[in-house]
Amino acid sequence: MNILSVENLSLSFGGLAALTDITFQVRAGEIFSIIGPNGAGKTSILNCIGGFYKPQQGRITLDGKDVTKTSPDRRAAMGLARTFQNIALFRGMTVLDNIKLGAHARLKTSLLQALLYWGPAHAEEMALREDVEKDVIDFLEIEPIRKLPVGALAYGLQKRVELARALAMRPKVLLMDEPVAGMNAEETEDMARFVLDIKEERGGTIVLIEHDMDVIMDISDRVMVLNFGHKIAEGTPEEIQHHPEVIKAYLGEKKN
Amino acid sequence: MRVGDFKESYAADEAVFRTSTARFWLGVFLVALAVFPFVAGDYLLYMANLTGVAIVAAVGLNILTGAAGQISLGHAAFVGIGAYTSAILVTRLGLPFLLCLPLSGLAAAFFGVIVGAPSMRMKGLYLCIATLAAQVIFEFIFVHWVPVTGGIRGINVPAATVFGLQLDTEFKFYFVTIPIVILVVTAARNLFRTRVGRAFIAIRDRDISAELMGINLFQYKLYAFATSSFFAGVAGCLNVFLLKVVTPEHFPLHESVRYLAMIIVGGLGSVLGSIFGAIFMTMVPEALQSLLNLFQGLDPAVMEYLFPLQTVIFGLLIVVFLVFEPQGLAEIWRRVKDYFRLWPFEH
Ligand SMILES: Nc1ncnc2c1ncn2[C@@H]1O[C@H](COP(=O)(O)OP(=O)(O)OP(=O)(O)O)[C@@H](O)[C@H]1O
Ligand SMILES: [Mg+2]
Repeated sequence: MNILSVENLSLSFGGLAALTDITFQVRAGEIFSIIGPNGAGKTSILNCIGGFYKPQQGRITLDGKDVTKTSPDRRAAMGLARTFQNIALFRGMTVLDNIKLGAHARLKTSLLQALLYWGPAHAEEMALREDVEKDVIDFLEIEPIRKLPVGALAYGLQKRVELARALAMRPKVLLMDEPVAGMNAEETEDMARFVLDIKEERGGTIVLIEHDMDVIMDISDRVMVLNFGHKIAEGTPEEIQHHPEVIKAYLGEKKN
Repeated sequence: MRVGDFKESYAADEAVFRTSTARFWLGVFLVALAVFPFVAGDYLLYMANLTGVAIVAAVGLNILTGAAGQISLGHAAFVGIGAYTSAILVTRLGLPFLLCLPLSGLAAAFFGVIVGAPSMRMKGLYLCIATLAAQVIFEFIFVHWVPVTGGIRGINVPAATVFGLQLDTEFKFYFVTIPIVILVVTAARNLFRTRVGRAFIAIRDRDISAELMGINLFQYKLYAFATSSFFAGVAGCLNVFLLKVVTPEHFPLHESVRYLAMIIVGGLGSVLGSIFGAIFMTMVPEALQSLLNLFQGLDPAVMEYLFPLQTVIFGLLIVVFLVFEPQGLAEIWRRVKDYFRLWPFEH
């Protein structure tokens, strides 16, 4: 079953065509990777899916619903979560508060209830704390840092907190933009394992952008390759590795 | 973390006053607040009441500007709306004080939402200018809508009456001010324990990711404007019954700037900071004044120079504070507390 579908997506900035007629489907429970050289348009695709870029053409369907015209916050509430190429955490807040923010859309406390912190608001916050502890903090092994301000954390840990925040959204689809970029070997391995666990233990669906070919080939179910805003190939990691266009455009370039 | 105390459950960990030590000191503080009016004279009680009003207003502004990151230069105008609402309700309709209080808050919140509406399209300095416009417009209305506001002469109001008791002395009014301050501070503190307060900070820190968390930016900015001006309106109501008169002179632009100074000196985004800042901005000028009064007997020519010195010293104090601790008094307080937390087991 397709949980996310992108049809004929085209996006340009002024004269520059960032994306041209991109079509792909993501199946529920798979890791779908997008690769391509710098500037190929990978992040732009996520921005279109998330609703931050308004494509000139195309249709985006999330879980059977057309969301092409839906606002970013509504899409998030419908089950779309995201981590960023450049970490986008709330730096002034603790790890715990950042993660709790991920759950914002499914919480119900109103402004008035919040000011009074009466009954339902209190109960909701307590349940939330337990949820994020069990679902997210425990899973990503970040217990020791939960009370620290995120600004104080090392880069690799910040990336992990960003993933934690995204998981707290209980997303139907998780969009990850270069989760291991800038990480050392050990951190990379941890992150790859977490991504795989999200799929295997929780049945999560992940759209993954990554430059690290080892990670891509190891954990992806299917891979789509972009070059200059065009889709040039799609297939299993195996197929992609042997695809002549890909070797020419991407892997070839990398060897130079 | 305090030595040797183990958090039993998440509920205990989420409590505002987490340890018995913290609760003990809170108790001591509340007792001191209750004893204070019986030992303090009228002047000190008047200062305490004024400070209480300032705290309520500052807590409000800190929600909007400190937490949600929307800079407002119109806070005094909202305090003014609350004050005029109360004055009109009590003189024309004879409504009781306890009813004026929430109605003043609601009136200010209503205009707060209107003034906040441009935040849908504007950010940062542009929005700041919109709030400045609001300040100027409301000031103009206070002065010129004479049939309603009484123009520059303002409106005189009778002493507030609560359950048949006239609050005609500073002493009696103190027992209204303090509970309201406690209520407002508690409400603000509550806000930041829930998704609403977190959303405010998220908008300030990074509005694009806030949207990705499913936060409707416009809705939450309006929430921030409404809450902030509601508290301003409540402060205005207190102010009018404290001074028994309202005139446009009470709510000029520099009063808005003074509120901003309070939250900056106290600590942006911190409820405790609002309290410290309000105390600082109310008490320190008074203290400097009494200090200078010691030189009263001096040559009038010298006094001519000494008088403006008060303002200069006050300004310098603010600058010095901000240079050494940009995060404000709340941060200094936190460090002092951390020091004593381990005391006497220093490391
Ligand atoms: N907001 C924008 N305004 C103008 N041009 C943009 C904008 N966002 C992206 N582009 C352009 O669109 C093209 C695709 O950018 P995008 O960020 O999607 O690439 P990418 O594949 O994510 O690259 P990288 O691997 O470096 O992250 C680039 O030429 C980029 O300069
Ligand atoms: Mg990118």
